[in-house]
This record gives sequence, structure tokens and C-alpha cells, in this order.
Amino acid sequence: MLEIGLSHYLTVAAILFTLGIFGIFLNRKNVIIILMSVELILLAVNINLVSFSVFLQDLAGQVFAMLVLTVAAAEAAIGLAIIVVYFRNRGTIAVEDINLMKG
Amino acid sequence: MIVQALAFYLFASVAIAAAVMVISARNPVHSVLFLILAFFNAAGLFVLMGAEFIAMILVVVYVGAVAVLFLFVVMMLDIGFTELRQGFLQYMPIGGLVGIVLLAELFMVAGSWLFAPQIGSTRAFPAPPPDQVTNTHALGNILYTDYIYLFQGAGMVLLVAMVGAIVLTLRARPGVRKQRIADQLGRRREDTIEIRKVQPGSGI
Amino acid sequence: MLYVLCVFMPLIGAAIAGLFGPWIGARASWIVSCGALLISALISPYVLVNVGFHGHSLTIPLFNWFSSGAFVVDWALRFDALTAVMVVVVTVVSCAVHFYSIGYMEHDPHNPRFFAYLSLFTFFMLILVTADNFLQLFFGWEGVGLASYLLIGFWYEKPSANAAAIKAFLVNRVGDFGFALGVMGVFLLYGSVGFDAVFDATEGKAGATLQFLGGEFHALTVLCLLLFVGAMGKSAQLGLHTWLPDAMEGPTPVSALIHAATMVTAGVFMVARLSPMFEYAPVALNVVAIVGASTAFFAATVGLCQNDIKRVIAYSTCSQLGYMFFACGVSAYAAGIFHLFTHAFFKALLFLGAGSVIHAMSGEQDMRKMGGIWKMVPVTYTMMWIGSLALAGVPFFAGYFSKDIVLEAAFAANSGPGFYAFWLGIAAAVMTAFYSWRLLFMTFHGAPRADERVMAHVHESPKSMTVPLIVLALGAVFAGYVGYDVFVGHGQKEFWGKAIVVLTSHNALEAAHNVPLWVKLAPIVVGAIGIGLAWYMYIVRTDLPAMLAAKLRPLYLFLYNKWYFDELYDRIFVRPAMYLGRELWREGDGTIIDGLGPDGIAAVTRNLAAKASRLQTGYVYHYAFAMLIGVAGLVTLYLYRQGG
Repeated sequence: MLEIGLSHYLTVAAILFTLGIFGIFLNRKNVIIILMSVELILLAVNINLVSFSVFLQDLAGQVFAMLVLTVAAAEAAIGLAIIVVYFRNRGTIAVEDINLMKG
Repeated sequence: MIVQALAFYLFASVAIAAAVMVISARNPVHSVLFLILAFFNAAGLFVLMGAEFIAMILVVVYVGAVAVLFLFVVMMLDIGFTELRQGFLQYMPIGGLVGIVLLAELFMVAGSWLFAPQIGSTRAFPAPPPDQVTNTHALGNILYTDYIYLFQGAGMVLLVAMVGAIVLTLRARPGVRKQRIADQLGRRREDTIEIRKVQPGSGI
Repeated sequence: MLYVLCVFMPLIGAAIAGLFGPWIGARASWIVSCGALLISALISPYVLVNVGFHGHSLTIPLFNWFSSGAFVVDWALRFDALTAVMVVVVTVVSCAVHFYSIGYMEHDPHNPRFFAYLSLFTFFMLILVTADNFLQLFFGWEGVGLASYLLIGFWYEKPSANAAAIKAFLVNRVGDFGFALGVMGVFLLYGSVGFDAVFDATEGKAGATLQFLGGEFHALTVLCLLLFVGAMGKSAQLGLHTWLPDAMEGPTPVSALIHAATMVTAGVFMVARLSPMFEYAPVALNVVAIVGASTAFFAATVGLCQNDIKRVIAYSTCSQLGYMFFACGVSAYAAGIFHLFTHAFFKALLFLGAGSVIHAMSGEQDMRKMGGIWKMVPVTYTMMWIGSLALAGVPFFAGYFSKDIVLEAAFAANSGPGFYAFWLGIAAAVMTAFYSWRLLFMTFHGAPRADERVMAHVHESPKSMTVPLIVLALGAVFAGYVGYDVFVGHGQKEFWGKAIVVLTSHNALEAAHNVPLWVKLAPIVVGAIGIGLAWYMYIVRTDLPAMLAAKLRPLYLFLYNKWYFDELYDRIFVRPAMYLGRELWREGDGTIIDGLGPDGIAAVTRNLAAKASRLQTGYVYHYAFAMLIGVAGLVTLYLYRQGG
């Protein structure tokens, strides 16, 4: 318990990952929450990568984490842009109202 | 040891609590703020691990740019307070089940894996001891040399994202007067000045 | 060569009239078919003389039908005395009917088709009688059944005619089923279906047994009984008789040809032809005798109360067929065939005469609406009298000779079935005389009961109709006297030769000539009683029939409704069959097969598609959820695979 090892960090990452998953489909409010949940998932992945990198003494993990960070930023930007445009066109970003693709 | 453990548990619990609040806060602005809190605590965890460069990058990029962006959009898009709708509870059972299954599987994996014996020799880039070379220095050493292509690629991605964001959201507003520099510079004397002889005392 | 021509001329006539009828027209069809039949009819006496009197039996092979391993069947024409007699009967009566039909069917628009069917029927009947093996017999058998169906339902726009045709065919089919089983049994027992092979081997197989329906039975008895079932169907014996009265829906010439003279006699012919087999199956013979006698009695009782002129004659036919069968049943095959011979003439005469009456009465068939026309249709009247006299067995007319010898043989058989047949035959003779004269009196005598328009129209039939009547009348008068000696008298052994086999122990026919006098006179006496009774009830005291009917109402209804056989069969067979068919169609086919098959699959597809399309909700988070569940599932699967 006191000895913080790799598994502790991995546990934290797992819990954050699960919370992010929950956030995607348990929310009924708005789409921004979905994007934020995606950020949480990416954060969890980053924690995993960095933990392994540190414990295996291999820098490749940290480089990978940086690249993930980059891509996450880009994706957040584009996602928000889409939301803005959608809001302009539809006037709402409540999740329940986004059902134009109903089959 | 104790300090480390304490610090770890503090950061970890706050991060997890913040994540929970992200997805369950009623006010979306609160959600974003809790997200920021989660990021900070994750950065704290990174520092604890010894990857301080990543931690600072997390703070600068994620918090400073991405989360702020979220905040801007949330505040711009007049999103009202919403009640926790009935639907939340409707999906709770199956969602909860799936989530628990996933978590369980993660723990199963976690509990049963072990490092391969030859892991020590398969390191892609062995990290130099931190007291000789700082984390940042070490990262820099390999990023611009071995990972140069990926680095440039990441740059391209960012470029595309930037252009994409602007293309998506730019709209031409009617009635806005803008300068057209090229026209200004291409103006000729003939187009602008006309000399009219005027009799003294009479107007034009 | 002439023999082949005799058999095949009707087929040619049928083919031309049938296939080219619409183009060559009615007149040409008449000429072709009647001409063909005439040729056959003219050849037949030659056949009779050559084969019967001079004893030149022969078999003319035509070509091979099929040879499959050990089973070889050829088409061949077998001519012996029995065949010759039948050929004469068939061709002469058919020729008369053809000529008669020219006049009778004159106004019918479908003439060529009628003549084609008549000729086709004649051809099939000839094939039947000249068959050299069981299969050819069966071919002819089925063929006449088909022709009967076509002809009964000739006026196919009448629903009752269609129903009657189907009924005839179906009831025949039941008989044919037994027949087919018999033929298969023959093959099983003998290894061949050719008559020569079977007859030669029969004596040796006299004691053989056969496995049938789980038990071991005497082979020849089983086979003969099965074959007799076929005869019962074809010849309308008790049990399978229900089709014959309804067959009167067809035109009268059809009734005369098929249901009086030829097709219904195919059963008798068959029993006589298979006499070598029946002789060794005494149980079967007894059954034949009992069924025949019962039929004779039953049909006569029903004929007492019928009001349709053709139905009376139809039941009379049924009754006389019973006579023929019980004659065969007591091993007096020659007597049965002799009665067949004479009966063909006078029954055809009666039918054609009735047709003439119907023609004169503008289509009326109900005797209650006739009466008082004897002066207006003298030729018809005379012909009907001659026919009735022959039927009732009045001395020196044809029926007297044949009927008497049949009854005498039954008595002389000196056995249970023989006596049963004799007494029932006597009873039937009374009734026969009664209803024949009832028919004459109701139709021709008394005050006219038809309306004035009909009465004004009553006229004698044209020559084309009366000449055949006269020809048949000649047969009705003289056939008995002429044929007595050869058929059943002293010349019978030379005449029949090997065509009919009778074991010496079955000497009914021999003994028939020596029966006591009262037996010989009994038929005449009862005939006279019948005629007298009819005269009393229909000329002297015309109120008597109605009074009797009212007093004995249950009995009257029982007889009038044909002993409720039709109702019984309807309950037992027809309704369940229709119910089964309807339910199988509705439930089995409609619900189950359609439901599981096309309709069901279509419905399931639609259902599934509707349900599947509910997955496309349009909500992104639903899709994300689905993805997540997929991921969780995959991971679980992977873990199990790895772990297990």
C-alpha cells in the first residue's frame, strides 16, 4: 500500500478511463460533455503510457504521450468547431435533439 | 516514502473525484472547471513519477489551451442549466454493467500480466539517469533526431486542425466593411481624380 | 388384318372427328365416325363366325409395350369366342348409337366432340375385350372410365353433369384401386401378367397363399376378390353403384351405349375372362354370387319408385348386371355372357326409346309429366314394348331365354349362395316386370299430364333415330332364340372352347337344363304377376300408387332415396374427404406451409428489419454506447479465448 508501484498508477488510469466511458453515454445533457469525456480517456491513456515509460526506463512512452497530447489538442479544436457550427445551424446542442440521422 | 504515498493518494483521489464531477455536474462551466482540476492533478501525478516535462506540457497545452477553449465554447453557446434527466437512470443499469465489466477486465489483465523476461533489453530508448540528464533534455535528445518524422507529422496535424477549425466556423457577415489591400494598392490616378474647370464664384 | 381393322377403326374415327372436328364440321364428323363404326360392325359377324363358330381362336401381336427385366408386356389382340361375342355386342350397339346420335344430337353445337368421344369409347372397349394381358385389360378399363367421364360431363356447363361425371370417375377409381392391386398380386404370384401364362399356371397355383395385410390368405381368393372389387366399381354393383343413376346426366345415347350395353358389362366380361382363376377360388365365386344377387334385388326395389324415366332404366340395368354376376358366381359364365348379350340389345333399345320419348316430349324426363302419347309416337311405343317384353322375360323374346337359364343355373347350383341368388332373382323378376310396365303405362297411357304446349309438339322421331331402334329391336327379339343353343345349350362346348373354363365339379350350367318344372316356369309366372299388378295400379286404379305411398311412407321414402346409400356415403366418405381437403388447404397449405415459407419468411424479414432499424436512433451517444458494448464484448471474448 505504501510502496507506490506501477499497478497503482495503472489503477488510477483504469478508473479514469472507465469514468470517461461512462461520461460518453450516461450523459443526457449536451455534446460538450462527450468531448470532455474523450479528453478524460486520453488523459488516462497518457498516464498509462508515462507510467510504463518511467517504470521500464524507456523514453519512447513519453514521446508517444506527447504526440497523443498533440493529436488530442487538434481533435478538441476541430470538435469544438463542429459544435459551434452545429449550434449555429440547429440552435441546440442538447444530446436528445441531435437525431437527424434517425433510421 | 510516506510523503510519496500520501502525495500519490491525494493527487489520485482528487483526480478521480474531479472526473466524476466532470460528467455529473449540472452546470457545464463547472464541468469544464472540474476537467481543469483533473488535468492539474494528473500533472501532479506525472511529476511524482519523474516525467516533469510531460507534466508541464499537460498544464500548458491541455489546461492552458484546450480547456480554455472548452470554456470559451461553453460560455459562447448559451448552454443552459439542465436537470439530470430521467434518461440518466434509464441507461444506468446497462451502462453500469458494461463499465464494471470493462473495469473488471482491466483489473484481470492488470493482475495477471507480467513483464516479459527480456524486457530489459528491448528498450527503444533507454532513459539516462535523471541526475545526469534532465527529463526535458533527454526527451529533446531523441525527439528531434529519432522521432523527427513523427514530430513533423504532428506539426502537420496541428496545421490541418487549425485550418480546419477556421474553415468550419468562418462565416461571411453581410454588411461588414473590410479592407481590400490589393485594391487599395492598385488604385490609379485616372480612377480617383478628375479635374474640372470651375468658374470663380460658381459651384461645381 | 380385318381383326386389327375392326378394333382400330373407331380410333381413327375418333381421332379425325376429335382433332379436326371444328374444321370439317358436324356433318363430316358424323360421316367419318359413323362410317368407321359401320365398318367395324360389319366385320364383327365375320369375326364371330370365324372365331366362334369355326373355332379359329388367334392372338395377333402388335408390338412390345415394355420389357423391364423379367417383366415383358406386349400389345396383342386376343380373339377367342368370348372376345368375338363381346366384339359383336360392342360394335353393333355402338354403331346403332352412333347413327341414333345423328338425329338426337342434331341441335347440339358440339357434335364433333360427341362423336369423337363415342368412337373413342368404342375403341377403348374393344381394346378391353381383345386384351391379351392384364395390363392391356387395365388400359382399356381405364380408358372406358375416362370416356365415361367425358361423356357424362358432355354438357359441361351444367354443374350437375360435372358433379355426376366426377362421381362416376371417383367411384370407378375406388374399384380400379382394387383392380390394380389384383393385377399386381397376379404379377407377384405368377411372375407374368399375360393371360396365357397366368391361365396355364393357375391349376398349379391353386393352393398357393399370399401375404396380404399382415395375414396369410389363399392367393387366388385374394386376387379374385380384388379383381372383383374392380368389377364392382365398373359394373355398379351394390356398394359401388352410386354413380350409375347420376350418370344419367349425360345424353341418352351415352346412357344407352355405356351404361347399358358395354362399359358396365366390362366387369362381367372380366369375371368370365378370368374364369380359369375364379374357378379355383370358390370363396370368391360365392362372394360374386351374393353381391350380384343382392344388387339385383336392391336395384329392383329402388327402381319401383323412381320418377325419372332414365333412372328407372338405369336401376334396371344395375339389377340385370346383378343377374349376370350371380350367374358367373355359380360358375355359369356362359349364362352370364348370354344374358349380357341379350341384355345389350334390349337395354340399349329401351334407352334409345326413352331418348326418343324425351325428344318427343321436348326434353321432359319426369314420367309424372307424361302420359297419353302412345298414338302419337307409334314406332317408339312399339319399340319400348318390345324392349320391355324382352326385359321382363316374356317367352320367346330374348330376355326369356337368357334370364331363365340364369335363374335355373342359380337353382341348380345347389348351394347356399345359389339359392340365395335364385330367390332374390325371382323377387327381382317380379319387380322388374312391375316397373317396366309402370314405365310404359305412365309414359304412354292415361290422361296426358303434360301441358298443352308440350303435347302439341309431340312427334315421332326422325328416321335416323328410329332405324337404329328397329335394328336393336331385331336383336331384342331374336338374339335369345338364335343364341341359346350356342351359348348355353348343346353347342356351348364347341363354341366357347377354352375361352371359358369351368371345373367339372361346378356343373351348375349342366344341371340347369334338368331343373324341376316349377323352376323353369317361375320366372314367367312372376313376370306375369308383375305385369298384372302394374296394369292394375296404373290403368285400373290410378289412385292406388299414391295411397300406398302415403300409407307406407317410411318404406316409400327408403326406396325412393335409394336406401339412403348416397347419404351414407356422403357422411362417411365425402364429407370427411372434403373436410380433410379443405383443412389441408387452408391450414396445412395456407397456414403452415405458406406461413413458414414465403409469407412467414417475408413477415419475419420485415419484422427483423423493423427491429434492426430501431438501432439507428440518430443519437451519437447511442452509437458510442454500441461501440462500447462491442469493445467490451470483444475483450471478453479475447480473454476467454486466451484463458480457455
